[in-house]
Order: sequence, then C-alpha cells, then structure tokens
Amino acid sequence: MATEAMALSQTDKAPARGAAGLHRFANPARFSRLSARLLPWTAALAVGLIALGLYLALFVAPADYQQGQSVRIMFVHVPSAWMALFCYSFMALASAVGLIWRHPLADLAAKATAPVGALFTFTALLTGSLWGKPMWGTWWVWDARLTSVLVLFFLYLGYMALWQAFDDDAKAARAAAILALVGAVNVPIIKFSVDWWNTLHQPASVLRLDGPAIHASMLWPLVVMTLGFTCYFATVLLLGLRAELNERRARILRQRALSRL
Amino acid sequence: MSALAAIIARDLRIAARQGSATLLVVVFFVLTVTLFPLGVGPEPGILARIAAGVVWVAALLASLIALDRLFQADFEDGSLELILLSGPPLELVVLAKALAHWLTSGLPLLLVSPLLAVTLQMPAEGYLALLAAMALGTPSLSLIGGIGAALTVNVRRGGVLLSLLVLPLYVPVLIFGVSTVEAAITGIAVKPHLLILLAGFFGSIALAPWASAGALRLALE
Repeated sequence: MATEAMALSQTDKAPARGAAGLHRFANPARFSRLSARLLPWTAALAVGLIALGLYLALFVAPADYQQGQSVRIMFVHVPSAWMALFCYSFMALASAVGLIWRHPLADLAAKATAPVGALFTFTALLTGSLWGKPMWGTWWVWDARLTSVLVLFFLYLGYMALWQAFDDDAKAARAAAILALVGAVNVPIIKFSVDWWNTLHQPASVLRLDGPAIHASMLWPLVVMTLGFTCYFATVLLLGLRAELNERRARILRQRALSRL
Repeated sequence: MSALAAIIARDLRIAARQGSATLLVVVFFVLTVTLFPLGVGPEPGILARIAAGVVWVAALLASLIALDRLFQADFEDGSLELILLSGPPLELVVLAKALAHWLTSGLPLLLVSPLLAVTLQMPAEGYLALLAAMALGTPSLSLIGGIGAALTVNVRRGGVLLSLLVLPLYVPVLIFGVSTVEAAITGIAVKPHLLILLAGFFGSIALAPWASAGALRLALE
C-alpha cells in the first residue's frame, strides 16, 4: 500500500516517514523532475564522449607493433568489461540498500541495471572473441577470466529471470536482491582471476597497485570510452527508472478504474 | 538444540519412508555418468581423461534434482511456517535441513562415485582424492543449492529457474573438485585444492544460511 501511495503521489510533499537524504527521491514526482533535468545531459555526454573516444581509438591511438590495427578492438572490449563489473557491483550495492533501508528506488535501480549489465558482459565476451581470433588464434578458451565472465553473464540472466518469476513486485525485489548479493562473490574472482591463475588472458595493465602499465596515447582513449559508457549506463538507468515508475502508475490507475466498474 | 535434532530426525525419517527419493538421486547419477561413454565412445584413453569431470558434473546435476526436496514439501504443507513461528532461528533450521539433505542425497552420491569412476577407467591415484573432494564439495552443494531452493520455493515451475540460479554458483566447487582429482592423478600436491574446497565449505556454512533464511522468510510472508 505504501508503494501505491507513493507511486500515485503527484505533489511535492515529502513522504510521511521524513525526507532524510536519498529518501527524498523516493517521491516519484520529484524523481521524475530530477531525471528529466539530468537525462539530456547524460545522453549528450554519452554520445559526445563515445564519439570522441571512438575518434581517439580509431585515428589517434597508435597501432600495436605486434597486433597492428586489430588492437583497436581493445578500446571497446576493455571498457565493456569494466562496465560489466561496474554494473554488477552497482546492482549488488543497490540491492543491499534496498534490503537494508527499503528505499523503493534502490530495488528498481538494480532491476534497471541488469539488462544493460548483461549487454556489456555480452559485448565484452563478443569483442573479446573477435579479438582473440587474430591475437590468440582461437575464438574461445576456457581460461579463468573468460570462464568467470561467462558465469557473470549467467548470473545476470538468472537475476532477470528471478524478477520475472514472482507475481508480487515487492517479493521479487527482495528475492532478486538476495540473489544479487550472493552472486557478488564472483566480482573479486573475475578481477583477480588473471592474478590467481596464470592462463591465457593477459594480466592487469591498468588497474594495478603499481599504476597503469600502458602508454598515455592508449590510456586516454580507454578512459574516454569508459566515461562515455558510464554516461550511457546512467542514461539507460534513468530511462529505465522512469519507465518502471510510469508502469507502476499505469497499473495502479488501471486497477482503480477496474474496481470502480 | 533438541529442536534442531528433532528437525534432522524428522527429515531423515521422511526420507527413509520415502526411500525412492535417495534412490532416484543415485539412479540419476548413475544414468548420467553412463550416458558419457555411450556418447563419447568407449576408448579407454578418452574416458580416463574425462572421468573426474564427468563424475563431478553428474554429481552436480544429481544434486540439482535432489534440491526440490529441501524446502518445497515443508513449505507446501505448512510445517515451515510452524517452524518459523515457534522453532529455533531459521538460519539454524536451514543448516539442520541442509545436513539432513546431505545425508540423504550428498552422502549416497559420495559413496557411489568411486564405483562410477571405475566404469570410466579413472587412474588409481585419483580415487582417494575423489572421495575427499566429494566429501568437502557435496555439503557445499547442498548449502548453496539451498539458497536457490529457498528463492524458488514459491515459484511456479521453479525447477528450471532453480537450475539457472544455482549452476553458476556451483561452478567454483566443480572447478576445484575436478582439479583436486586431476592433481592427484598427475602427482602434484593435492592439499591446496582440498584447502580451497574446505574454505568454500566453511564459507557456505557461514553465509548460505543467511541467504536461504532471508529467502524463506520472504516466501512465508
């Protein structure tokens, strides 16, 4: 009932529980206005940064002395992989916030993150496979990092399937939150898999304790592409949250109309 | 404490009366392992090479089959609700039920696995390691599977969803279980692999009950 009331509230009143901190944005109308203000910026930044990053990656960054031009796949592969891990961490964090503080938007944020995280994971696997054929001579190998990223992909799919399996949204949210937190153990495994197992995928070159091991001419396109992907994620997240809130409002209005017949 | 013992005894008694449940799990295990020589061909070299992996994968799938019995029946007839209301903490109940579940499905798998390894012509050095690895791995499978079983206890046709949720979480146990046997066969140190399996076991005991209990409370609301 509380979520119904909140979904329908069209006014600026703070929720009865007190408007502390992030709970201010549990009010859908307020969140709607905030996201309407933010969306053009995140979308523009996403498009701009990705365009800039692609230009830097394709024309400015040097070709590799060994791999030639095919090294440029890295500028899509690595940011996708970073975003895949980032999205799962964000999903786990949002799930924890939803479980502990019962913030209604936290559950929806986790739900909205899952498809885009799965997409980034799939992109990382696909571009990695395309890069692996010229570089390693094989489309796929069961090394530690590839296997754990594939497991991450299945975790995303299982998370989305669990949301669909429940009729009651509140129960679905909490069950999915439990699953997201259980699966979060895979994230450090992926990150450190190249250190723990000495297999085919190369070890960390950027996010290491000794600092990045690649030259600035390759580092900057990577950073720009990653920032662009992050803005893309923010755009999709905001759009997804708006869509969820609108869907809930529509469902409640429909139920009310039906009950008045 | 006696309440937990009563829960374990009840689960064991139900499993004993319904003897088919344990038998079903073992028969599925044997059938799955049997499919591999039929599919891959009976050349001893190939079978011996994949023996450890096949036994472990079949054990994983058989554990999956057995997970239905963990919470479903008690949830459907209301006993789980009674236990939640009047019994010991749900986390301890989950541990007790996981123990009973392991005794009636994990332990039989463990005991049958060397026989199946013989049919796959696994080298002799691997048998002890296989028993040790399964002894440490199958309880983890019961506990981790319990999380999935608790999440899908109230879901229509939750069996397939259970597989999708639980199999990615089973992958580490599978990987280290097989690597233990492979290490024994190739003659390198087995203890590190067993220690990792043990760590997984302790981690499951410590953390899985919380997730399962949370999911059960959700279903019982």
